[in-house]
Amino acid sequence: MTDQPKDHNRSYRTGIRPLYFLLLGAGVAGLFLLNLALGSVDIPLPDILRILWGGEVQEPAWQKILINIRLPRAVTAILAGSALSVAGLLMQTLFRNPLAGPSVLGITAGASLGVAVVMLAGGTITTIFAIRELTALGSWLIILAASIGSAAVLLLILLISVRVRDNVTLLIIGLMVGNMTIALVSIWQYFSRPEQIQDYLIWTFGSLGGVPLGQLWMLGAITLAGGGMAMILSKSLNGLLLGENYARSMGLSVSRARLWIIVSTSLLAGGITAFCGPIGFVGIAVPHLTRSLLGTNEHRVLVPGTLLMGAMLLLGCDVIAQMPGSTATLPISAVTSMVGSPVVIWVIIQRKNLQASF
Amino acid sequence: MHNPDSIISTRDLEIGFPARGRRRPSTTTVARHIDVSLHRGAVVCLLGPNGSGKSTLIRTLAGLHAPLSGAIHLSGEEIGRLSIREISRELSTVLTDRLTIGNLSVYELVAFGRLPYTGWFGSLDRKDEEKVAWAIESTGIESFVDRDVLHLSDGERQKVMIARALAQDTSAILLDEPTAHLDLPNRVAIIRLLRRLAHDTRKAVLLSTHELDLALKAADSLWLIDRQGRVVTGTPEDLVLDGTFEAVFAQDSFDFDRATGSFRLHEPSKGPICLHGAAEGVFWTRRALERSGYRVSESDGTALRVKVQPTAEGFRWDISCEEEHYTCDSVRDLINKLGKLES
Repeated sequence: MTDQPKDHNRSYRTGIRPLYFLLLGAGVAGLFLLNLALGSVDIPLPDILRILWGGEVQEPAWQKILINIRLPRAVTAILAGSALSVAGLLMQTLFRNPLAGPSVLGITAGASLGVAVVMLAGGTITTIFAIRELTALGSWLIILAASIGSAAVLLLILLISVRVRDNVTLLIIGLMVGNMTIALVSIWQYFSRPEQIQDYLIWTFGSLGGVPLGQLWMLGAITLAGGGMAMILSKSLNGLLLGENYARSMGLSVSRARLWIIVSTSLLAGGITAFCGPIGFVGIAVPHLTRSLLGTNEHRVLVPGTLLMGAMLLLGCDVIAQMPGSTATLPISAVTSMVGSPVVIWVIIQRKNLQASF
Repeated sequence: MHNPDSIISTRDLEIGFPARGRRRPSTTTVARHIDVSLHRGAVVCLLGPNGSGKSTLIRTLAGLHAPLSGAIHLSGEEIGRLSIREISRELSTVLTDRLTIGNLSVYELVAFGRLPYTGWFGSLDRKDEEKVAWAIESTGIESFVDRDVLHLSDGERQKVMIARALAQDTSAILLDEPTAHLDLPNRVAIIRLLRRLAHDTRKAVLLSTHELDLALKAADSLWLIDRQGRVVTGTPEDLVLDGTFEAVFAQDSFDFDRATGSFRLHEPSKGPICLHGAAEGVFWTRRALERSGYRVSESDGTALRVKVQPTAEGFRWDISCEEEHYTCDSVRDLINKLGKLES
C-alpha cells in the first residue's frame, strides 16, 4: 500500500439531503400563506397572492390588514423562529449538552434584565410606548439593552465554564444564574409603579405582532447577521463536536470560535427577545427536531436546516395561537411550550435518549 | 543540527501544571529533564505507572498543554513559533476524551480530519475526498462508513478515530491509551494497524499504554516514565536486560520475570519443584504450579521432580518424590497429587 488512494471512484459522501430541504421550504411557504389567510377578516387566497405580488384588489381594507398587520406578524414568526433555533443550536454545540438553549442557560433571562433596566429604570416617560414613539432609536435602545443583558449572562457562564469542565454542573449553574437574574427583575418590579410593570409584563408574554412594518428590517438584519455568522462558524462547530482538545488538534482556534459563538448567540437571542419578548422552548427543541429529521450533526447541513425548521415551527405555533375561528389570541410563548414540549418528549422517546438525538 | 527523520524532539523539557490560585498554590511538576525524539516510521510506546504523567506528556507534545520549561521542536521548528493550524498539519491525536455525540456518520467524522486543510466553510475538494477514502480503506472500516458513530463498538470507534487522525495527513500520530477498554483481539488489531501504518506511510507513532506485554512486543522503542518523573528511553530489550524496566515498575509483591518477559502474580510459598519435559506442556504446567505457590526451577537437585511427557492424547505428568513415582493425566490431577504429597 502506498500513500496514494487506490479507489478514486467510490464515494461515501452522505449528501446534503435535498429532498428534506425541499420539504422544509415547502412547509415554511405553506404555513406562511396559512398565517396570512388567518384572522378575523376572511381574505381569499388568490387575493392574498395578488396583494403580495403588488396587485390591486377590490377591498382596499384587505390590503391594509395584510400589509400592515398580518405580513409583519408572519415575517416576524419566520425571523424569530430561525434566529432562536440557531441560537439554541450554537449553545448546544458549544456546551456539548443536549439540554442547552438560550432560555435554559439564562440568556433570555439576561435579555429580560436588560429590557427591565430600560423600561423600569427611567421615570414615567420611558414606558415601552414612549420608547416605541422614538421609533428606530428607541428600538435600538431596547435591542442593545437586551443583547448586552444576554451577553453579560453568557459571558458569566463562560467564565465559570473555564473552571467547571463538567457540562451538567455548568447547566445547573446556568439555571441558577438565570434564576438570580429573574429574581433581580422581580425585585425591581416590586419597587416599580403598576403602569410600568404592566408594560413589562405584557412584554414577557411574548408577541409576534408587536413589530411594526417599518422596523422589520432591523429584525431581518439581526437574524441575517447572526445566521450568517452561524453559517461561517459551521466548520468550527463541527470541530467542537469532538471536544475542545480535538478541535484544537485539528487547528481550530477554540477561544476565537467561542467568542464568535457568544457574539452571534447574544445578538440572535437578545435581539429577538427585545422585539418579541421571551419565547421559550423553540431554541432548545428545534435543533433536536432538525437533527432527528436530517440525521446529521454536520453543521454545514444542520445550520440551514435549523433555520428552516425554526421558521416552520414558529409559524405553526402562531397559527395555533391565533385560534382559527375565534377572535382571541394566545400568548405565543405559552403556545410554543404547550405544543413543543410533547414533541420533544416524543422525539426523545423515539430515539431512546437525548444523547442519541444530540 | 536537525535530523530530517526526527519529527518531534524535546530538550530539557519540564511538564506539569502551573500554580493556579488557592487550589494549586505552587507549580506541580510531573516530569522534568525530558530529552526524547520521535522518528519517522517508528512505533514508540510510552509506559509508566498510573499517574506518572503519560497523558500530560502526550498533550504537551501535541501542543494542547503548555510546557513548564524547555523546548519542543516539531520538524526542526520550535513549537511555540508555529500556529495551531501549522501544528495540526504535522501532528494528529487520538485522545481519551469520550465521544458524546450521535447523528454523525463514520464518514462525516473521518472527514473532520480534513479541517486543517479546508477553506472557511470546510468543504472537501477532490484531494480531501481521496485522503478520506484512503484513511477509511487503510483502517479497514469500509463496511460501516454509513453507520452512526453512536452505534460503534469500542474497537470500531477506536479504528474510526485513528482513521480521522490519518485523514489529517500528518507526519506523526500521538495516541493516548488507544487500547484501553478493548478486548484482546481488538488490542492486537489496533497495535498491528499502527505498526503497519508506521511502516507503510513512514509516519511516527507514539502511543501511551498500560499493556506492558504488548508494548514490549510491538514497540521499536520505549519511553518509560518512573515515579520520580524521569523519562528513560531505549529499545525494549535493552531496557529489560539492563534492569531499567523492572526498576520503573518495581512495587511490593509485583515483580518482573526477565526470563519470561512477564510479571509474576504469585509469591512462591512452597518448596521448589524441578519441572522439565515437552516445551508446550512445561509452559502451561509452570503457570499452574506457580499459581499454587510452588517455586519452579529447571535445575535438578530438588526433592520433587515433574516430567511432562507427550502422549497420543495429549500429555502425561510423571512425579518423582524421592523414591516414589506417580503418574497423572491432567494438570488438575497433578496439583491434587502434589497437595497430598505435601501433607
